[in-house]
Amino acid sequence: MAEQIPFVDYLVLGDDPHLVVNECSACGARFFDRRNACGSCSGTEFEKTRVATRGELRSFTIVAFAAPGVPVPFVAGIVDCDGTSVRSNIVNVEPDAEHVKLGMPVRLTTLVVGSDSEGVEAVNFAYEPAA
Amino acid sequence: MSEDVYILGIKMTKFGKHKELDTLDLASEATLAALKDGGVTMKDMGIIAAGNLMSGPLPIAQTIQKQCGQTGIPAYNVSNACATGATALRVAIMSVKAGESDFGLAVGVEKLAGAGLLVGGARQEDDAAWQRSGRYGAVAPVDGRIGTEIMPGVFAQIGMEYGHKYGGANFELFAQISEKNHWHSTLNPLAAYSKLMSLEEIMNDIMIAYPNTRPMCSANCDGAAAAVVVSGSKLKTLSQEQQRRAVKIAASVLTSDPYEEGCQVLPNVNTLTRNAAKQAYEQAGVGPKDLGLVELHDCFATAELVHYDNLMLCEEGGAVDFFKSGAPRRDGSMPVNVSGGLQSKGHPIAATGIANIWEVCHHLRGEAGPRQIEGAKVGLAHVIGLGSACGIHILEKSVA
Repeated sequence: MAEQIPFVDYLVLGDDPHLVVNECSACGARFFDRRNACGSCSGTEFEKTRVATRGELRSFTIVAFAAPGVPVPFVAGIVDCDGTSVRSNIVNVEPDAEHVKLGMPVRLTTLVVGSDSEGVEAVNFAYEPAA
Repeated sequence: MSEDVYILGIKMTKFGKHKELDTLDLASEATLAALKDGGVTMKDMGIIAAGNLMSGPLPIAQTIQKQCGQTGIPAYNVSNACATGATALRVAIMSVKAGESDFGLAVGVEKLAGAGLLVGGARQEDDAAWQRSGRYGAVAPVDGRIGTEIMPGVFAQIGMEYGHKYGGANFELFAQISEKNHWHSTLNPLAAYSKLMSLEEIMNDIMIAYPNTRPMCSANCDGAAAAVVVSGSKLKTLSQEQQRRAVKIAASVLTSDPYEEGCQVLPNVNTLTRNAAKQAYEQAGVGPKDLGLVELHDCFATAELVHYDNLMLCEEGGAVDFFKSGAPRRDGSMPVNVSGGLQSKGHPIAATGIANIWEVCHHLRGEAGPRQIEGAKVGLAHVIGLGSACGIHILEKSVA
């Protein structure tokens, strides 16, 4: 099997793929990016914290027209994972308003984005409808 | 009690494609017209603040001075995304309020016709070895792989989120908002597009990012707008005609977004608008019911809906019913975007935050011709620059 790396720093691969956030030790605000300090309370201590892998689709759009090279249509959405908002694509669903529903339950999944010149696969996350 | 500040002169150029005019031509046209409208010259100005986002690193304020009058006054170049024009105006107002200037000039200009999507990364072939970059440590561009970065998609989600929270918002409703603004634009000769569009035409046009089709997106175009402000005490020394046409700036507010859960994931354009509106109503001593017209930042049809609520034109959660009641139509109780809004008037980014104030002033002065909102005494102009900045100005008809 090809070597795999996560597409972004905040994705943890393995048997139990999940996202991690930098959670402010002082106020609990959660961030996906590298931090200098907390945008909520200016605190400077953070803990890596796991984000729930299941959530609810709080908003979405179906992008039909994008920058060159970006395959369309695709569903982009905001998933509420137990109170943590996550930006993601929504996959394994027909990209139309009949199939993508506000409030629908979704769960984290992973997908291979591509391989580089060394044969290393980058693996991204997305959410899919959960039964 | 600090000084009251008035709009003395204000103008916007025709919005649209200006093939023969460059950024400086448009900025100069608006500047000279605003000065003339106010009956003053560059020599009277104590400060200039100007903004332009797309034409490179030139200091636009000084470049305008070099065309229209170099008098050695302080020049401020401002940049605040789509709130750039409102920010420039606010800088001029603050200078007058602080007593540093009697007169101030604010200018916003943009050449944007045919620009297409303004954000969203074009992709290269991924052939080299993966390399992490940026604050998320991504090994390749994230647009389209982790949600969307394009504005039509971001604002689509902002509207859909409102629909999820309160219900009742669907594709047809958003398209109806656009239909209203395109209808309004038919009376505006300065609009980039002034064509009546049916609901069917809007819904069947090219889909950009559901539920926003092309005519539901702000129109990229060229344009400029400029305003001259004056202190209340200086205004008293000017002619009767200048005093009669002057429009009082009853409130001038700029906010940024306070931290809330999720605000760094999907921009929250709601809280900072609501905060700005509260401050503006308090400053002006008026409420939403006193407004004769509102120009709000309908960069996309999905955005207009949420701002009915954010500006408290309706009960919280009541934006859908408010729209369905007909209130925001030009013949309704609270006309919204009678200029045609950004969807048809156009959105030359840095000019927008002054052009919407021109529209309100035009009505308060009773000079709006066929699209005049009769009896308008107070109006509100709102802009959002994503990132985010919200500018709100409340304007009052002169009593002189």
